[in-house]
Amino acid sequence: MNENWALFKRNLFEFWKAFRRNKLGLLGGFLVLTAILAATFAPLLTPYAPTEVIRDVNGRGLTFAPPSVHAPLGTDDAGRDIWSQLIYGARVSLAVGFLAGFIAMFIGSLFGILAGYFGGRIDNLLMRVTDVLLVIPDLPLMLVLVATLRQMDLHVSPLVVLVFVIGLLYWTSTARLIRSQVLTIKERQYVARSRAIGAGHVHIIRKHILPQIMPLIVANTVLIISTAILIESGLAFLGLGDPTQPSWGAMLNFAFDRSAVTNGAWWFYLPPGFAIVWVTLGCVLLGNVLEDMLNPRLTAHHLESNQNMIAIQKREGE
Amino acid sequence: MSRRDFLLRKFLLSLVTIFVVIVINFMLFRVLPGDPVRSVIGRNVRISAETQQALREQFGLDKPIFPDQFIDTIGQWAQGNLGISWSLRRPVSEVLMSKLGNTVLLIGLGQVLAIFLGVTLGLLAGWKRKTAIDVGALTFSLVAWAIPTFWLGIIFLAAGSAWFGLPTAGIMSPENTGKPLMTILPDLARHLFLPTLTLTILYLGEYMLIMRSSILEVLSEDYILTAKAKGMSDWQVLWRHALRNAMLPIVTLIALNLGFTVSGAIYIETVFSYDGLGKLFQTALVKQDYPLLQGAFLLLAVSVIIANMAADILYAVLDPRVKES
Repeated sequence: MNENWALFKRNLFEFWKAFRRNKLGLLGGFLVLTAILAATFAPLLTPYAPTEVIRDVNGRGLTFAPPSVHAPLGTDDAGRDIWSQLIYGARVSLAVGFLAGFIAMFIGSLFGILAGYFGGRIDNLLMRVTDVLLVIPDLPLMLVLVATLRQMDLHVSPLVVLVFVIGLLYWTSTARLIRSQVLTIKERQYVARSRAIGAGHVHIIRKHILPQIMPLIVANTVLIISTAILIESGLAFLGLGDPTQPSWGAMLNFAFDRSAVTNGAWWFYLPPGFAIVWVTLGCVLLGNVLEDMLNPRLTAHHLESNQNMIAIQKREGE
Repeated sequence: MSRRDFLLRKFLLSLVTIFVVIVINFMLFRVLPGDPVRSVIGRNVRISAETQQALREQFGLDKPIFPDQFIDTIGQWAQGNLGISWSLRRPVSEVLMSKLGNTVLLIGLGQVLAIFLGVTLGLLAGWKRKTAIDVGALTFSLVAWAIPTFWLGIIFLAAGSAWFGLPTAGIMSPENTGKPLMTILPDLARHLFLPTLTLTILYLGEYMLIMRSSILEVLSEDYILTAKAKGMSDWQVLWRHALRNAMLPIVTLIALNLGFTVSGAIYIETVFSYDGLGKLFQTALVKQDYPLLQGAFLLLAVSVIIANMAADILYAVLDPRVKES
C-alpha cells in the first residue's frame, strides 16, 4: 500500500509539472476553482439573502433597478438582488452538476470496466443499451421523465429528480470510453502473468486496471460535469428547476418569464448566462487538457512546412 | 461485415429502439397519479360516474395493463390516434402535424448552413493547423459549446429587436397569414433570421471540429504525401484527395446530431415563440398536458430514430469499406 501511495504521489507531481505549463488548463482550473469558492463562501460574498426584497425609502420594492451601489448587479422583477441570487445559484448549479456527473461517472466506469474486462454477455448488453440510448433524443426523453417523476408523490426536491435523471442518462459515453481502454490494458503481459500466478478478478481489476484508467476517469468526469451543468440549466430554463432554490438556469427562466428582455433589464438575463459559460468553459478547458495529456494525438501533417516534418521525425526517432 | 448484414443490424437496432421508446412512453404515463380515462375525456369533470365507467370499458381500461392495454395502445398509436390534448381540446396527431412543417423548415435551414460553414471552416482550420484561423476556429467552437443555447437565443432576441428592429415572436406577422407564399417571403425571412442564426451557431462548432480532426487524420496518410510529391498544389490535394475522404465522418455526425438538433429546436422555439413542435413540447410541459407531451415525444423520438437509420443507409452506400466482408 505504501509503495502504491509513493508511486501515486510521484505520478501526481510529474503530472502537475506538465500541467502547470499548459495555460489553457490553468485557465480552466482557475474558472472552476473560483466558482467552487464562490459557492462555498456565498454568505460572505453577498450583501443580501437571495430572497430578500430591497426597498426604497418609501418601503416599496426596488423592481428592475439597474446596477447601483445598493445592488451591484441590479434587481429583478420583485426587487431582489441579482448578485446575491447569482452567488447562491452557484451552489444549486454546481451541486446538481457535480452530483449528476459523479453518478454518471460511477455507473459508466463500473459498466465500462465490467464490460471491457469480462466481455461476453455483459459487454453485449452494454453495447446494445448504449446503442439504444444514443439514438433516442436526450432532451425530450429527459423532459418527459422529469415531468412524470415530478407528478408522482415522491416527496423529494425537484433538484434530486434532476440529479438522478441526468446522472442515469449520461453514463453511456463514459462506459464506452472506459471499456475500450480496459480492452487494451487486459491484453498486456503483466496482467496475463498476474493471472497465471493465480490472481483473482478483483485483485487484477483493483491493482492493474483501475490505477491505469483512473486518470482517464478523472478527465472524463470533469467533462461530464460541464455537460450536466449545461443540461441542468436547460431543464431549469424550461421550468423544471426548483423555484425555491433557483439555479442559474432557473434565474434565466424567471428573467424570460417576467419579460426582462422587453423591459431592457440586461442585468437580469446576462449574468446567469455568463456564470454558466464561466463554469462550463472552465470544465471543458480543464477536461480537454487532462484528456490530451493522457491520450497523445496524431503528430504527422503532410501539408505543413518541411521544417516541421523534420522536427516531428526527429522527435519520433529519439 | 457485408453491406447487407450491416444494414440488417441497423434496421433491427432501429426497431428495438422504437420499441423501447414505445414502452417508455406507455409506462411513464401509466405511473402518473390519476386516471388515464381523463386523457380521453379531457378535464371535463361533469361527466357522470356511469359514463366514465362506460368509457373505461370502451377504451379497455378495465383490462390488465399488460398485455391487453399495452397492445391496444400500440394499435391506437399505429393508426395515428394519440388521444386528445387536454389544453387545446383537439386530437394530438392533428396538432402535431400542424406544427411539423415549421420545425422542419427551421431545423433544415440551420443544418444546411451549419454543415456548409462548418465543413469549410474545419477544412481551413485543419489545413492551416496552428495558425490564427485554426486557433480562432477552435476558440469559437469551444465557446459555442459552453454557451447555453437558450441564453444565446435570448441575447440575439434582445439585440436583434432593440438594435435592428427584428420581430421577437412567431413565424410571420399576423396580417400575413393565408397570403400567397411569394408575397410574404421578406416577412418570413425577417422572422426566421434570428432563430436560424442561433441554430446555425449551435451546430457549427461541432461540424467544424469533426471536419478539422477528420482532415488532420486524412492529411497524415501516405497517399497525401504521394500526391504532394507528384507536384500537386495544396488546393488540388485538398480538393481531389482529402475532402472526399474527410467528409465521411460528417455524414455520421449529421445522423448522430439529429437528437441534438431536436433539443436545440425546443430551446430556440421557446425563446423566439416560434410556432413549431419544440414550442409545443414546452407548452405541453408547462400546462402538464400529458397526452400532448406523450404524442410529441413519440413523434420526435421515432422521427429521429428513422432519420438515423436513413443516415446509416446513406453511409453504407458512400463508404466502400462497408462492402468488404
